[in-house]
Amino acid sequence: MSATDAPHAPASSGVEAPLIEARNLTKYFGSVIALHEVSLHVRRGEVLCLLGDNGAGKSTLIKTLSGVHPADSGELLVEGQEVRFESPRDALHHGIATVYQDLAMIPLMSISRNFFLGSEPTTGWGPLKTIDLKDADRVTRDALKEMGIDLRDTSQPVGTLSGGERQSVAIARAIHFGAKVVILDEPTSALGVKEAAVVLRFIAQARDQGIGVILITHNVNHAYPVGDRFTILDRGRLRGTYAKADLTPADLLEHMGGGAELDELRHELEEVAGVTTEPPMPPTGYVAPHS
Amino acid sequence: MATAPARPADERVRNVGLARTLLNRPELGAVTGAILVWVLFAILAGDRGFLSLRGTATYMEVAAQVGIIGSAVTLLMIAGEFDLSVGSMVGAAGMIVAIGIGEWGWPVWLAILAAFAFALLVGFINGYIVVRTRLPSFIVTLGTLFILRGLTIGVTRTVVGSTQVGGLNAATTGDPIAALFTAQIGPIDVAIFWWLGLAMVATYVLMRTSFGNWIFGTGGNQVAARNVGVPVARVKIGLFMATAASAALLAVIQVLGAGSGDVLRGEGKEFEAIITAVIGGTLLTGGYGSAIGAIFGALTLGITRQGLFFAGISSDWYQAFLGLLLLTAVLVNNWVRSRAMKGG
Repeated sequence: MSATDAPHAPASSGVEAPLIEARNLTKYFGSVIALHEVSLHVRRGEVLCLLGDNGAGKSTLIKTLSGVHPADSGELLVEGQEVRFESPRDALHHGIATVYQDLAMIPLMSISRNFFLGSEPTTGWGPLKTIDLKDADRVTRDALKEMGIDLRDTSQPVGTLSGGERQSVAIARAIHFGAKVVILDEPTSALGVKEAAVVLRFIAQARDQGIGVILITHNVNHAYPVGDRFTILDRGRLRGTYAKADLTPADLLEHMGGGAELDELRHELEEVAGVTTEPPMPPTGYVAPHS
Repeated sequence: MATAPARPADERVRNVGLARTLLNRPELGAVTGAILVWVLFAILAGDRGFLSLRGTATYMEVAAQVGIIGSAVTLLMIAGEFDLSVGSMVGAAGMIVAIGIGEWGWPVWLAILAAFAFALLVGFINGYIVVRTRLPSFIVTLGTLFILRGLTIGVTRTVVGSTQVGGLNAATTGDPIAALFTAQIGPIDVAIFWWLGLAMVATYVLMRTSFGNWIFGTGGNQVAARNVGVPVARVKIGLFMATAASAALLAVIQVLGAGSGDVLRGEGKEFEAIITAVIGGTLLTGGYGSAIGAIFGALTLGITRQGLFFAGISSDWYQAFLGLLLLTAVLVNNWVRSRAMKGG
């Protein structure tokens, strides 16, 4: 199993620079070391999964990548150029968009009004400028269709969409407005199996169009099918970045620390009640620890 | 979409029918309410002048008074904020006009300009405090309510020696600018045109402009709106300035129309404006509402107040009616919203 860390791709090698690259990011909150020298990168058409338990630093890392708060040290590069984001808007201008699960859409507004919120297409001039609602409807429908979502009626409130559709519309919007990298914060955590599949399929679609995706999740079953590489954070530190070819879902779980802990839990349960439990592992390709 | 024949009708779009579509509109409650109270008073007071042109003109006039502030307050409430200081603002702006003209001999235009400038400044301060401190606007503008009223009474008594300034008619009669706010067109008061004009502008802004989209977004979820680049602070401050300016407009209409100013003018108008908006279908939580609905909300208030008068019922009962209307409207709105979210 080999860790594929920083790309170290010199410009002369002909390899395209990553869309976004973080080098040795460190972030403190007072005396707390939220991130300690974390590095990662995402290329065009690639899904990087960011995994880790609660408190591992996932949220801090993506907030640093998306301009919410600057890192205390380390470098951030967009397509090989060093950048410093002052605000989420600044990150957006560099093509880095973040879609937050609960904060993506406004339920009582129509789909197309949501889609264009903050970037409305207008006709006319001066104070008489009006939203081109027809155009907004058409563009919204086409943009969604292009991404494989065939919506019924874009004038209905977003609140009438399912959770998976809502996430997908938010992602499509980010891409439509020029995002090269889309950061998705736990897009599937509140969704049922079917709804999560809708979002994961949508992520694959975005990847195929050349978008770089950073997917934050703590669900290995969601991460594994769609991810190309997996970065694991633990207590603010990088545990490693692994290519998909190099590991199985069980390895992944093991790396997250979940494997060992679940194993321990199983032993404890057996001791306490004499309960014999099946290994709570993914059904296929389970590699027992220490084997 | 009728204009694009290339796109066949989607079989998943259910034809929900006109009745169902109407049921999902925020204005529904207000239109129904206005019709119901009109029918009620047409029965109770139809033979006592309620149905006459004069009767109609009087309840329209009362509706105009609450509707002028109600339109602006509706937009602010859709953006998720309250302004309780509008009533006091009517008193303050009114006294600026009255003292300016009556005591200091200012020309009418200057007094009006000063009243609007003062209102815009106070609106800006309200908005700025709300945006910067993130305190609920309910508390911030409750503070401004008392500050403005107290200052108005104190300053007026210091300057004039009483709490009223009268005798403005000598200066305003024949003044073309004053006529803009006081003219009668037949039996119709010009205030009614101000009201309907403002409501139209509010509707246009809300439904057709980017700013209107930002208002809905700000009230719907301000964090999400900010994330996609909506200037939430600008939207809110602008709307606080609009509500204060609408109060100044009402003050100018009242003071020039009556020929006198009183420090207590506008008391309770802040609540009538909120009731107008809520009857009009605007949610107290923001993000949803209609300026057209607010027209019917104001109409409901006007019809009720004048209907009681024409029916010979003491106006003592008016507030009880108002409260009942408000509670009914809130219940209907909740129901309409839950339907809208289910997609009918």
